[in-house]
Amino acid sequence: MACQGLQKGETLASLKRECDNLKKKLEEERGKLNDVELHQVAEKTEVLGALSVKTRRVLKGHGNKVLCMDWCKDRRRLVSSSQDGKVIVWDAFTLNKEHGITLPCTWVMACAYAPSGCAVACGGLDNKCSVVPLSLDKTENLAAKKKSVAMHTNYVSGCTFTNSDMQLLTCSGDGTCALWDVESGQLLQSFHGHTADVLSLDLAPSETGNTFVSGGCDKKANVWDMRSGQNIQSFESHESDINCVKYYPSGDAFASASDDATCRFYDLRADREVAVYQKDSIIFGASTVDFSLSGRLLFAGYNDYTINAWDVLKGTRVSVLFGHENRISRVRVSPDGTALCSASWDNTLRIWA
Amino acid sequence: MTINTLAKGGWYREQMTCFRKMEKVIVAMQDPDMGMKMRNQRLLITVIPHAMTGRDVIDWLIQKYNICEEEALHVGGMLVRYGYIYPLKEPRSLVLRADETPYRFQTPYFWTSTRWPASELDYAIYLAKKNIRKQGELMEYEKERYSLLHKRINHTWDFVVMQAREQLRASKQRRKADRIVLECQEQAYWLINRPPVRSLTLHYSAVLYHTVLSCIESCRRALGRNRVKSSICLEGFVKFSEQYQNHDPIMQGCLPSNPWISDDTNTHRLERWSFSFMELLNDPIGRREFMTYLEKEFSAENLCFWQACEDIRHGESSKIIQKVEDVYKNFLAPGAARWVNIDSKTMDKTLEGIKHPHRFVMDDAQLHIYFLMKKDSYPRYLKSDLYKNMLAKAIVPQETKKSVFPFMRRQRHSSPSPAQAVTQVTEEDGRAMGAGKAGTNSLPPSPLSLLVTIVTIQGVLSVYSFISD
Repeated sequence: MACQGLQKGETLASLKRECDNLKKKLEEERGKLNDVELHQVAEKTEVLGALSVKTRRVLKGHGNKVLCMDWCKDRRRLVSSSQDGKVIVWDAFTLNKEHGITLPCTWVMACAYAPSGCAVACGGLDNKCSVVPLSLDKTENLAAKKKSVAMHTNYVSGCTFTNSDMQLLTCSGDGTCALWDVESGQLLQSFHGHTADVLSLDLAPSETGNTFVSGGCDKKANVWDMRSGQNIQSFESHESDINCVKYYPSGDAFASASDDATCRFYDLRADREVAVYQKDSIIFGASTVDFSLSGRLLFAGYNDYTINAWDVLKGTRVSVLFGHENRISRVRVSPDGTALCSASWDNTLRIWA
Repeated sequence: MTINTLAKGGWYREQMTCFRKMEKVIVAMQDPDMGMKMRNQRLLITVIPHAMTGRDVIDWLIQKYNICEEEALHVGGMLVRYGYIYPLKEPRSLVLRADETPYRFQTPYFWTSTRWPASELDYAIYLAKKNIRKQGELMEYEKERYSLLHKRINHTWDFVVMQAREQLRASKQRRKADRIVLECQEQAYWLINRPPVRSLTLHYSAVLYHTVLSCIESCRRALGRNRVKSSICLEGFVKFSEQYQNHDPIMQGCLPSNPWISDDTNTHRLERWSFSFMELLNDPIGRREFMTYLEKEFSAENLCFWQACEDIRHGESSKIIQKVEDVYKNFLAPGAARWVNIDSKTMDKTLEGIKHPHRFVMDDAQLHIYFLMKKDSYPRYLKSDLYKNMLAKAIVPQETKKSVFPFMRRQRHSSPSPAQAVTQVTEEDGRAMGAGKAGTNSLPPSPLSLLVTIVTIQGVLSVYSFISD
């Protein structure tokens, strides 16, 4: 037994050296095709003026920190989940609370609206992600119809439906992502590669729609093939946990938000980081990002209670949105790009337009 | 269903069940009636109580579990490797010898499972104690680690030294036998949890080995990737943003073709159909128009086939087999009513796949037809009279008119929830829009009061922004 340990010990050191060498080579390869920087290419585009974006709605009703939200495809409804275990479906126009679901666990960290608009998925500290069909019958107890779909061995940090109501993609504190069949609860594919908690994921808006990106506490952002479960690309340039990842509208790139107070932009075809959005005056970590419809603006929510809007191409900050009284947990642009919704630990959600 | 157990968290969980089992054995060994006979051992000049010989351990295991000597040696050896039993005479030799070598049970306080993971701070305190107690008592590898720790957790170094001194002082007040026992236990714990580099225990080597191997594999794969020059990629972003800029409501500061206002097709929406085939297909009205066009060209079966494949991909699992059969009958079978033109290679592959139908069995054929439509019918549609007439008749969205009151506010209505009826979302008759008031939960204001509000707050600002444009 002891000898086997020794053998492994010897090869381990040489393996580590090989790994470091390969990483260096990879960086060199990536650097070879780096012939221009993003802000240089963007010099000819016009400078953006300050945004005239204001709070148009404040959604009050949660009893505790709002941890997550998601828009419905009809562009006016949204679902939000909170630390008090409640999941609420709102009509953001009229500020009506259309459905309220109470879950037995606290810290519902993930919620998503189904593409059809007929169900929502939610999960968190219960290590599960459940799907709840929405019914307009007010007397019906929605929580009773809740169906457990995903089972992880640690908290569920993010979830999203794929292109249909039938499949659910989740990421978890156990370091894995998984694809589930909603009807049967079967695990269709699991994705291993992160060496720490996975905090966020996003589905690619591509024509063939078969990849997604995930980011975690191991400072890595990984791109996965949904069918094979393989890790296609990996990016490791953040200096701390990655809290959120989001694809650029064309699907050729994605952005990430991290505890190191920066947001970064990664190009998938060039296979490297192409921009870093940071400022000396921004000290607190960024917890969430989303692109505007054209991809020109990047909205990022920070732990210092503000939302910064960045010019994606030029790398400069365009605006700061103040209003929340505690950290921002999630920002999402509506499906038609007309509004931005932010969820915060101050128990409210705000719609900006 | 458990997901990977070799990932860090999962590994720990797996090891924990092993630890629990080992602990059961240890507890049984120390049972007053059925357990092992302990005796006092002489260590140099001090007598250590509650010790046993290696032979005792083997014999007990053989007797209790009805196994042979070799297996007992193996199991006992594991107990030593994981620190539940430690040798008294040669602490660094973590093997179980089937002779008179003395061993002792590790106290539960120092079980690996109790104090998982071994903290850097504790290790630093331990090494500091050793260093203070007797200069030169640290081994080479311990000296290296001590200086590394000194660098790494320099900010708490005062605390470390203080703790070490306190613990040494407290131990001096104990009886010598107890002190030696405690020192042995602590030493045994650290030999397991911070072994000298060369002889990595199973814990670390298994996990590290695996992580490093997978890292190497992904690096190799990444090196083989095709990459595109930055200038080309980045130009792509600039172009995309420029193309969609006018359609980005947040950037324009007002709301063009807002589906919340009206569902009429307007130039903006129609323009987007010309950006890419996917834009056309994603818009339900676009898809409908395209279908009309294809019907005129007698190639509608392509779009019907594509839609049927989408239905299979995204629909309920229980209906897949039936749907695949229907698609085969309607589109792929020789002499089918709406036969689609697929190349023979793809057709053969699909027909093979149909024998064992699954969600993605139609993917290749679907993609083939998708690209066929994209290359052929789609460009012709964009040049067609059908599309051009639509563009001509379409409403120009109000923001391009640049009037003083940039947009009309209409009264808010609630729209039917999608959960109510599964109809096409765009065909709702909801006509609602956001107003300028920040955060009110009140009844929808009358149009007149809205206009007044707009003029006083929004109107002024908007007028200003247009002037400054």
